[in-house]
Amino acid sequence: MTIGLAHYLTVAACLFTLGILGIFLNRKNVIVILMSVELMLLAVNINLVAFSAFLGNITGQIFALFILTVAAAEAAIGLAIIVVYYRNRGSIAVEDINMMKG
Amino acid sequence: MNTLSSLAPVLPEIVLAVGAMVLLMLGVFREDTARNGTSVGWLTVLLMATVAILVGSAGAERVELFDGAFVVDAFSRFCKILILGAAAVSLILGFGYFERARIMKFEIPVVALLSTVGMFMMVSANDLISLYLGLELMSLALYVLAAARRDSLRSSESGLKYFVLGALSSGMLLYGASLIYGFTGTTSFTALATALKDGAGAQNLGLIIGLVFLLVGLAFKISAVPFHMWTPDVYEGAPTPVTAFFAGAPKVAAMALLLRVLHDAFPGMLFQWQQIIVFLSVASMLLGSFAAIGQTSIKRLLAFSSIANVGFILIGLAAGTEYGVSSVLIYLAIYVVMTLGSFAVVLAMRRKDEMDETIQSLAGLSQTNLPMAVAFAALLFSLAGIPPLAGFFAKFYVLDAAIKAGLTPLAIIGVLASVVGAFYYLRVVKIMFFDEPADKFTQAEPAVRWVMAASALLVTFYVVYPSALLDAAGSAARALVP
Repeated sequence: MTIGLAHYLTVAACLFTLGILGIFLNRKNVIVILMSVELMLLAVNINLVAFSAFLGNITGQIFALFILTVAAAEAAIGLAIIVVYYRNRGSIAVEDINMMKG
Repeated sequence: MNTLSSLAPVLPEIVLAVGAMVLLMLGVFREDTARNGTSVGWLTVLLMATVAILVGSAGAERVELFDGAFVVDAFSRFCKILILGAAAVSLILGFGYFERARIMKFEIPVVALLSTVGMFMMVSANDLISLYLGLELMSLALYVLAAARRDSLRSSESGLKYFVLGALSSGMLLYGASLIYGFTGTTSFTALATALKDGAGAQNLGLIIGLVFLLVGLAFKISAVPFHMWTPDVYEGAPTPVTAFFAGAPKVAAMALLLRVLHDAFPGMLFQWQQIIVFLSVASMLLGSFAAIGQTSIKRLLAFSSIANVGFILIGLAAGTEYGVSSVLIYLAIYVVMTLGSFAVVLAMRRKDEMDETIQSLAGLSQTNLPMAVAFAALLFSLAGIPPLAGFFAKFYVLDAAIKAGLTPLAIIGVLASVVGAFYYLRVVKIMFFDEPADKFTQAEPAVRWVMAASALLVTFYVVYPSALLDAAGSAARALVP
């Protein structure tokens, strides 16, 4: 059996769904949310690289490189905000993020 | 030399980006005091004014740069001036607040400046990659601004919530972008429009799913229902000047981006995206109007008001015509003025060093501070859409555009939603004018009073000279819709 485009897309779709579920179902820890966000971005990268390879078009790989750099910046800012939040609240459990109702 | 002169159209962005770095260095190498922060802040405002002149003095023709990834035309110019104005005014509003809260650090104006660069990129994006990079540059800076009050639990919590939901929305947007790229083989808006001409993409399921994901990601950024849940919390928790910043410039940028994507890249799929936009619009108008009724905090009330306003703006977008685009731009301009004025009022709600953001604290304001009560009443009447104030014309143009495009049911829902909206705006007016007076507010600083007065005058006397805005919005819309 050869591995075709559909296989890559299925893997990426599964990872992406896992990432979204990780954000919404997770009741424990904000770090897990950060990991779920990374998972979503990496699923998108698989998509882009697979498309790029099968279309014979380099744009998707360039897009993937940009996403990698932005994801690094996003993780840095996310961790910084979590540190600030921990100093004020003394906890990073998701169920404790409830100062405001919304 | 030839390469350098070909960069002339991006001069505003270059000046902003280099200026942000220079101001950062300036702030770092001087003593860390509140005065340092304020002077960097005023230099930022000066830089924005300079860039506004640069943007305004450029020619009116459409120029594409960087292999078509970046475009400068009348539409981007209109939005950039609006963004600069909203950003600069909300910065000026904030200096007094930041000084009192002892967080007047030079980083705040610099980060705001960087997010403005991101908004410029968004407005000029002509490719999915530059769209994403501009959006992220803006969002990453906004996450930091929301958490700017490091010692406040509310501020850091709002920063955290905004970050998590913003990151989720970027992920959705990217997944959509990857599907669009995969099913068309290009990321350029121009090439997408050519590939999808005459409904060529209508049968392509993968492409439609990609478009839906892209719209979901953008709906998060403009806080359209059902992707609005971050808005009330972030508005309430973030420092008030930052909230004023959030409510103005980023909304304009995200809405301009949405206009550009739908009209430049997907004009051939009008039927598909129109249904989504109509749904977002109806849901935002209804939820924004009904959920605002029970609010006790003025910042949460303004959050739901901004959600309802986004719904109205989306009516103009759903029309999908040149007139619709110009009505959206007019609405955005008037909305920015009304919002900044309202937040100036919120910033003036202060007793000594204590901010009081409950609606009840406005009780009897007409007896303790008549000018402020009159100015806020004018802004609220305008938000409610009562003629002859500017807010009425904003609503009139979008509804007119919808009816001309055959979307009469949508226009009727819009009118009904604005009736419900009028109820909670007028309730605030009633509290200000007819309730027993609460304690007097401390006199606000001059910048806040000036912004309040100027915005109230602008919405009141817009009817005297509307043609300047109409012409500018009209030529901007012509640049976008061929």
